[in-house]
Amino acid sequence: MTKGVPDFSEGVVSFDEDGHLERGKTPTVMNPNDAYALEAALQTKVRHGGTVSVMSMGPPGYQEVLEEAMESVYADDAYLLSDREMAAADTWATAITVATGIHKLEAEAGEEVDLVFAGFKTADGETGHTGPQTAWCLDWPMITHVIALDVDEEERTVRAKRLVEGDIEEIETVETELPALIVPDPEFAPSYHRASHRLTHKDLRAETRERVNDIDDLVTVWNHEDLNLDPDYIGLDGSPTIVESVDPIPKAPSEREATMIDPADEDAMGEVLDELLPYAD
Amino acid sequence: MTDEYEHYEAIVVGAGPGGAAAAAALADRDVETLVLERGVEAGSKNVTGGLIYAEESAPYTIDDLFPDVRSEATDRPVTEYYLHNVAGNKVKTYDISGLHGHDTEWSDAVLRRKMDAWLADEVHERCRETGGGLLTDVRVNGLLREDGEIVGVTCDEIEPITADLIVAADGVNSELARDAGLMDWEDPEEWFQGVKAVVDLPADEIETRFDLPEGEGAAHLFSGDLFEGARGGGFVYTNDDSLSIGTVFHLDSIVDEQVEPHELLDALLTHPLLADWIGEDYEELEYSAKLVPDSKKVAHPSPHEDRLVLVGDAAGQMQAQGPIIKGMNHAVTAGALAAEAFVEARRDGDPHAAGERYERKLDSTGTMGKLRPRRYKIAAALGEPEPISGLVDSVVASPVGRLALGNRVSDKLLGRLYDSPFMAMMVPDTRTPYVTMPTVIAERLGEPVEGESHVEPPDLTERIGNLTYNTDVGNPHIVVEDESWEASGAAVWSCPVSARGFGGGCYREETVETNGSTERAVSLDTQPCVECGTCAVVADTHWEHPSGGKGVEFKQG
Ligand SMILES: Cc1cc2nc3c(=O)[nH]c(=O)nc-3n(C[C@H](O)[C@H](O)[C@H](O)COP(=O)(O)OP(=O)(O)OC[C@H]3O[C@@H](n4cnc5c(N)ncnc54)[C@H](O)[C@@H]3O)c2cc1C
Ligand code: SF4
Repeated sequence: MTKGVPDFSEGVVSFDEDGHLERGKTPTVMNPNDAYALEAALQTKVRHGGTVSVMSMGPPGYQEVLEEAMESVYADDAYLLSDREMAAADTWATAITVATGIHKLEAEAGEEVDLVFAGFKTADGETGHTGPQTAWCLDWPMITHVIALDVDEEERTVRAKRLVEGDIEEIETVETELPALIVPDPEFAPSYHRASHRLTHKDLRAETRERVNDIDDLVTVWNHEDLNLDPDYIGLDGSPTIVESVDPIPKAPSEREATMIDPADEDAMGEVLDELLPYAD
Repeated sequence: MTDEYEHYEAIVVGAGPGGAAAAAALADRDVETLVLERGVEAGSKNVTGGLIYAEESAPYTIDDLFPDVRSEATDRPVTEYYLHNVAGNKVKTYDISGLHGHDTEWSDAVLRRKMDAWLADEVHERCRETGGGLLTDVRVNGLLREDGEIVGVTCDEIEPITADLIVAADGVNSELARDAGLMDWEDPEEWFQGVKAVVDLPADEIETRFDLPEGEGAAHLFSGDLFEGARGGGFVYTNDDSLSIGTVFHLDSIVDEQVEPHELLDALLTHPLLADWIGEDYEELEYSAKLVPDSKKVAHPSPHEDRLVLVGDAAGQMQAQGPIIKGMNHAVTAGALAAEAFVEARRDGDPHAAGERYERKLDSTGTMGKLRPRRYKIAAALGEPEPISGLVDSVVASPVGRLALGNRVSDKLLGRLYDSPFMAMMVPDTRTPYVTMPTVIAERLGEPVEGESHVEPPDLTERIGNLTYNTDVGNPHIVVEDESWEASGAAVWSCPVSARGFGGGCYREETVETNGSTERAVSLDTQPCVECGTCAVVADTHWEHPSGGKGVEFKQG
């Protein structure tokens, strides 16, 4: 699961005079936290094979986001859930839509999805709800804050280390059955400690470079009718969340004062020296 | 215990010419081969002069193994070769294309990033077919042993791997050769140090300034009094659109003469002889350095142990044929011979016995004979002892010697001698051939060069600043074990990115107060290190290569 967000990096993002984000002027990029989800998916693919699909709900212009996601996860294909009815969805309506998309994917592929990876919070909404709510819709177990991950193909289980942040940082190991939804933590570090894994990784990279040339053929777009979704339950109409207003975070007032002095002004410089004198020893 | 490890039929450590040749030759014989290279890309750690030779007498040349190498990965073929004897601004030049052409099928200038990266792609493709492949960013840090026998390798980044054949093609300062106890890094007399600048120059300018037909290249060597008495010389080679200008000196000479390698390079760069070639705008693309083994002294006569074989610089197989330096070609030959040996051993049901066969092949193909010539042993026995070489040196420099060297008869004779492969093989490692003779020749027979150099080489700060590093912060790959000036002081001037009185390099001179007395000592910051290997030999250090992908990254090489 991935999503496009405004590119908040310095020099790229554009705000209007009131401090509101100018979406039109700010390019859309892949949600930075999704990178960890994609890395975890890639690690699983490298170690266990299988196919990786990227899925996103968003406007038709998401092509670049999907391309970026596909390239970083060496994905096999991508699914874009997109139409007007889905627009302005909150996390709840998004989760319903995505979960339905996952079911459709299973039906089309004739295979069950074993693992879904979701990013931890988006850079624009910051809720962190979409992943967990999708798991709830799918009725799957979920492991969040994952920093390391191990799948047992025979037993059909996944074991994960999760970072539990409290007064002291703790790491706990949990295990659940497949299928499951995984939310990797930004601390997630993929590990390729076997030569064969690294060779596979290299193969996948080469294959993906070839594949993304034909990205248009690899992206499937589904609208709400394809997904057989009632417009009342998705998009704005299906969103119980109401954002009343957004308050800009006020700039912290500076607690220190500064006096500007022209170095050419001898008197003023003399005062500076006087001020410094006590520390000179 | 080793059952749980991944196993490949062959592991090749290092993707320089030796490793690439070994891996290609193994893969072509259907041996499942894994190549491990520590650089971010093959070539990113490597430095050469350099001219790669395809020798007529060699059982394998690089284009035997990689038929497209010349069209895809090498630069200009060398069609002209000169040696310049220098004394002040007087220069006496000899054409040594005979020496160059002796036993030479072809010889091209190369830049290592370009060449090695191309070779590595080829190698990966061929090895992948066998179930192996080539991985970059992996540093092998030692040998895996079982019951005392070498069975595989251990790495910084990945789990240990076992193999039936382990090819150490990890270059000069081979950690594997050291681990196996086959090579040590003790004696400066056994090594040269090479330092190089790659200088930007458009292709058409190269052809105009060197007066070359389109697409062809020239090589120029320099010896004489321009290097503060250090034993060695300089070179200028033409690449496609740059020049490789460098120096190679006996490491013991750098230590003993207390010279700064970068200043010796600058002496060459700023010599008026080079002024017309370089022109007004000097743009240095890269400064680099690397140790070079002297095969006459260190080529291991029996470069194997258990399943391990050493090829190329790792085995000291770097031949200084007089002024001509041949390392890459021998590394290629050795790599392919090791592959041949393994396949034959495997066929005979004893894949772990490749080493003995490899050694026999080095001998029977005449490769070892080139690396450790018998003639040199005899000449060395006569020429090297200090009293004799000192005597020869003073005779050459004396009025008698000057007269003898400085007439037209000797001019002709010298021309022939310099161009003779036989003589080149016998050159003793004394000052006489490197400094005294060239200086006297130039003084007596040379013509003054007109013109004046406008070249202002960058200082060390700029040179370091222009290099790309991925520093492994908090994990220095070199640790000084004895910081006293006596033990490690030589590194301050010998290190190519350090200098006396320069605070921005690796090694610095420090004064420490102990019990009221002051002592000289050294301190080390590995950040600017170019991994040349010098301080592994001249200082008391615990020396390793940085982990995979860390440290310096050469773009030219
Ligand atoms: C200034 C200079 C001028 C020279 N001029 C010439 C010339 O004109 N002609 C010529 O033929 N030769 C020349 N040489 C010598 C030549 O460069 C070497 O002999 C040649 O490069 C040796 O090849 P190799 O494959 O043995 O080792 P290298 O080319 O050094 O390759 C070793 C490889 O192993 C990798 N490696 C090292 N340690 C590890 C590890 N622990 N784990 C994983 N990978 C590792 C390195 O990154 C590198 O890629 C010159 C050398 C210098 C320095
Ligand atoms: S620190 Fe040692 S290895 Fe590094 S550049 Fe200096 S001499 Fe060479």
